[in-house]
Amino acid sequence: MKLFMFRISILLALISLFSFSSSGSPRFDTVSDTLKDTMKETVKATVVFVSPFAAANDRCFKCHGQDKYTYTNETIGREIKDIMCSERIIRKKEFYSSNHKSFGCTDCHSEEYTKFPHAGTLRMEQKYICLDCHGGDAKFAKYHFEEIDSEYRKSTHFKMENDGFSCWKCHNPHTYKISVRNATNLKETIEYDNSICLNCHSDYSRFQLLSDKAEIDLIKEHDWLPNQASHFANVRCIECHTKINNNIPVSHQIRPKAEAVRLCNECHSQNSILMASLYKFESKVQRRDGFFNGIILNASYVIGANRNEYLNLISLGIFLVVLIIIGVHIAFRIRNKSKTIKEK
Amino acid sequence: MYLYPKWIRIWHVINALVFLILIVTGLSMQYTDKENATYVVGFAKAVRMHNFAALILVINYIFFVCGNFLSKNGSYYRISRKNFMPDLIRQYKFYSSGMFKGEKHPFPVTEERKFNPLQKITYVLALYVAVPLLIISGIGLLLPEITITTIFGISGLILTDILHITMGFFLSIFMIIHIYTCTLGHKPTSLFRGIITGYHVSEDE
Repeated sequence: MKLFMFRISILLALISLFSFSSSGSPRFDTVSDTLKDTMKETVKATVVFVSPFAAANDRCFKCHGQDKYTYTNETIGREIKDIMCSERIIRKKEFYSSNHKSFGCTDCHSEEYTKFPHAGTLRMEQKYICLDCHGGDAKFAKYHFEEIDSEYRKSTHFKMENDGFSCWKCHNPHTYKISVRNATNLKETIEYDNSICLNCHSDYSRFQLLSDKAEIDLIKEHDWLPNQASHFANVRCIECHTKINNNIPVSHQIRPKAEAVRLCNECHSQNSILMASLYKFESKVQRRDGFFNGIILNASYVIGANRNEYLNLISLGIFLVVLIIIGVHIAFRIRNKSKTIKEK
Repeated sequence: MYLYPKWIRIWHVINALVFLILIVTGLSMQYTDKENATYVVGFAKAVRMHNFAALILVINYIFFVCGNFLSKNGSYYRISRKNFMPDLIRQYKFYSSGMFKGEKHPFPVTEERKFNPLQKITYVLALYVAVPLLIISGIGLLLPEITITTIFGISGLILTDILHITMGFFLSIFMIIHIYTCTLGHKPTSLFRGIITGYHVSEDE
C-alpha cells in the first residue's frame, strides 16, 4: 500500500511539474501572438456556453431551431405539424457559438414575439444594423465600425440599400462569428468569406431579391483567370473586388465589376496586394529563409510574390561567373589569333 | 561529314525556339512587378505563352527520346565508365589551354563519336536529368491540385517551384555555354552551319 501511495505521489508530482513547466515555459513564449489568440479562442469555444437567456430563448428555438414545428390550433382543437420556412430557421448550436450568443432573442426582436401566433404587423419591425449597437462604443473601437460603415457607403452594395441591402445580407447576426485570420486557419477563412459572396452571387433566387440583372455565370466571367480553381480556393473574392483600406481589417468597399483587379502583377509581384489584404494579419512577419512575402508560403505559393532572395543572388552570381569565363576565353582566343597572324 | 539527320535538326530548331520563349516568359512571370507590368511580355500573356510553349517542349522531347531509341543517335549519349575522368580532364585542358597552344582536338568528331566527353556529360545531364525534372515540376505547377501539399512539413508547391526555376536556370546557363562552345568549331560559324545543313566540317576537311 505504501509503495502504491508513493508511486501515486511521484506521478502527481510529475504531472504538476509538467503542467507547470508547459504553462509558463519559454517554449510557449516562442509561439506567435496570433497563434496564442487562436489557442485561447479554441479553448473558449470548446467550453459550453450557457446563456443567461437560455430558458427564454428556448421558447423561440422550440419552433425556429428546427425544420419542423408543432403547435396547437385552438380553433380546430388539433395539434398541427408544419415545416419551418428555411429563412426563419436559427440553429441553436450555431447561435450559441456566434458572436451574439449572449443575447436574448427579444433583445433585438419585439417582446410581442413571445406571443403565438405572432402578429402579422411584427414582420414590419425595424431591424437593427451593426452601427446601432457597435457605433461609437469604445469597446468595439478596434474594429473601426464607423470606418467600415463609411467604406460600405462608398461600396457598390450601398446603392442597393433601398432595395433591401444591409449588413445582414453578408453577416448573419444569428450565426456571425468573427474569424481572426492566422497562418493555420487561412483556408477556412477564405472558404467562409467567399461563401458570404456566393450566398447571393451563386444563388440567383437570392440575387434577384436585390437586383434585376440577368444571372451571372461566375465560372464564365472568370474564364480569363489562369488556374481558376486554384485562385478560387486560395484567395477571397474581396482581394480583387474591393478597394484596400489600411485602417480596417477587412475592406468593405466593394467596387463595380469594371474596377476589379485584372492585372496579375497586383498579386504576383514582390509588392503583392495580398500582403495588404489576405495576409494583412501578419504582413510584418518575414520568414528568415529569404523568401519575399514569406508569410504567404505558410498557406500557399504565389508565383512572382514569393521570390527567394538567396536564390536570386546565387543565380545572379552564377550567371556573372559564366559570362566572365566566356569573356576571358574570348579574350584569349582573340589574343591567340592575332599572335598567329603576326607569326605568319 | 553528314552528322545531323533531318529529324534531329527539326527537333533542335523547335527546341531552341521553344526554350527561348520559355526563358523569356518564365523570367517575366518571376520578375515582373507592378511598376514594370509590361516588362518583356507581361504576366497574363507570359502564363499563356509559357504553358503553350511547354506543351510543345514536352511533345518535342518525347519525339527526341523516341528518335534516340529508334535510331543510332541514342548511342552518342552513352557514357563509358572507362577513362571517364581522365577524358573529361583532357577535354577541359584542351578548352582551357591546349586550344590556345595550337594543340589538336583530343576527341575529333567522327561518325562514331559526335560529342567530346565534356559535351556528352553535359548533354546527358541537361537532356536526361534536367529536362525531365523541369517537365515533371512544370506539370506540378500547371496542375497545382495534383501536387503533393506538404513534403516533410514544407509546402509541396514551393519545392516544386524551386525545382522548376532551378532546372530552368541551369538549362538557361547550359544554353549560353552551348551557344558559346558552338563558336569553337573549325571556324566560329562552322558548327552553326552544321546544325542547319546537317554537315559537320572538321579541322582536317
